[in-house]
Amino acid sequence: MNFTSDLYLIYPEIVLTATLIVVVLFDLIFKRSQSWLPVLSLTGILAAFIFVVMQYGTNLPAFEYSTKNSLLSIDNLSTYFKGIILVTSFFIVLFSIFSSEIKSCKDRHGEYYSLLVGMMIGMFFLVSSNDLILIYLSMELLSLSSYVLSGFVKKSIRNSEASLKYVIYGSVSSGIMLFGISLLYGLTGTTNLNEINTILRGTNVIDISFILSIFMILAGFGFKISVVPFHFWTPDVYEGSPITITAYLSVASKAAGFAVLIRFIKSVFFSGISQGGYWNLLSYFDWQVVLVLISIVTMTLGNFTALWQDNLKRMLAYSSIAHAGYILLGVAVLSDQGITSVLIYFAIYMFMNLGAFLVVMLIANKIGSENIDDYRGLGYSIPFLGTVLAIFLVSLTGLPPTAGFIAKLYLFVALVDAKMIVVAIIALLNTVVSLYYYIRVLKNMYLVKDVIKTVHIQLKPLSFVTILLLVIPVLLFGIYFTPIVDFAKLSIQILGL
Amino acid sequence: MVTVGLTHFLVISTLLFSMGIYAIITRKNAVMVLMGVELILNSANINFIAFSRFGNFGFNGQLIALFVIVLAAAEAAIALAIVLNIYKNLSTVNVDEVDNLKE
Repeated sequence: MNFTSDLYLIYPEIVLTATLIVVVLFDLIFKRSQSWLPVLSLTGILAAFIFVVMQYGTNLPAFEYSTKNSLLSIDNLSTYFKGIILVTSFFIVLFSIFSSEIKSCKDRHGEYYSLLVGMMIGMFFLVSSNDLILIYLSMELLSLSSYVLSGFVKKSIRNSEASLKYVIYGSVSSGIMLFGISLLYGLTGTTNLNEINTILRGTNVIDISFILSIFMILAGFGFKISVVPFHFWTPDVYEGSPITITAYLSVASKAAGFAVLIRFIKSVFFSGISQGGYWNLLSYFDWQVVLVLISIVTMTLGNFTALWQDNLKRMLAYSSIAHAGYILLGVAVLSDQGITSVLIYFAIYMFMNLGAFLVVMLIANKIGSENIDDYRGLGYSIPFLGTVLAIFLVSLTGLPPTAGFIAKLYLFVALVDAKMIVVAIIALLNTVVSLYYYIRVLKNMYLVKDVIKTVHIQLKPLSFVTILLLVIPVLLFGIYFTPIVDFAKLSIQILGL
Repeated sequence: MVTVGLTHFLVISTLLFSMGIYAIITRKNAVMVLMGVELILNSANINFIAFSRFGNFGFNGQLIALFVIVLAAAEAAIALAIVLNIYKNLSTVNVDEVDNLKE
């Protein structure tokens, strides 16, 4: 047991922690030069990204306290999700530079960027943690930072309301999760995922309290990925928070939640792998039925409620609930192919969702509204932003030739290969429903002629480049998707299994 | 004389947990809701300590309880700051009256 020798495995986390300290100190010492804070955070993110890339392919336990039992597992799955989190954070910092909501709080940028980096550290530990207590701690680190960030503009009533709702729902669900963890600890005597697996294989603990504890732990994960019984916070928090934070929550924090869910299911319940990469799970808990039910209800509710939303941010919130439902179907296949499709989906979902939020933010900066009715005729007065938003929304629907089609295609193929035809058809019908509300925005932009006022948005070079960085992958991965698929296939490896 | 065993602790912790959930569901005041959350966290703590004491699992449970106490304090600090901010903006801490974001 030598903890210092394992420190090289958490270099990305160390770099991010250093960034956090530097940001706080810089903000304290150079109060006047706040415009350097995003540059500092971007440097930290890039440095961490280099370490993450170097770490890819490592398959080692970090901080072992006995043979095979470690606090962290550095494997390809966690490294892949760390990559997704870093790319998202990179874009979010860029967004924050030209968000008028963030600009309106002049002296508090140090707070903003340090909390943002704090969220990143929480997510980094979350995606690689192999111990229930570390999962709980890192989830709290992530949540505590995001509670504050979602209410960042203190004078805004919408912001404060969003953070109140977030903190109440969040602390309740994490409290329930902790109670579940304590029951599981009592039943198995350990909090390590692999050790729990060993104990479950050896003895028979089929017990109502075991099922109860798993459901309680699922409440914590379900809150992070906002699936149906735990989704109530999502629309309000997404609508009320600053757009940068909404985009961050809808991509990065969801990715971290899915990573920990996949690791939890596979590490705790794994008993073998059969032909075609399907997992044989221990028969204590029927994950497939639970996950399929949750995801079908989630996507149906998300899509149908999105139909009558007038606020574009709220609509995107429901659409992200629906997307969580699709992604959960990939997990529910419980096979290597299913996880591959989840990873592909996340890589693409990141670009298209961030892009949609960016365009909404740029338009809201100018017209001060996210209401779909205010988008009338905008396709003509701001042709570039209109076209780009159209691409992102078509991609979110999942139509070719955009990348969203590839994401859905691999998901449905995984479902059909697993002989879950009925589920695949329900998901397909849901996609058809989602077409209506995405296209409604485009209809307002291009087909409604009564232009109330002409809007001119002069794009700054930086925001132009950011849009291109997001829209090019969406178009490119729609045609040339082999690299992303190959990369995802390599990244499903989980340590010790 | 009755010896206090694991069951007694589990009954207490379950009672605390249920009272916490009850407080969260019925109370209108945001501060009272947060106190319900504290009850839940403490019930989990009792579980951890009781299991590690009576299950002979070593000191893991006690250590976990220490972590949770620290986190509960951090969470309470942040949540109270948020509630204070709500009070400044809306002059109320009644969670039912904070409903500007409904469709």
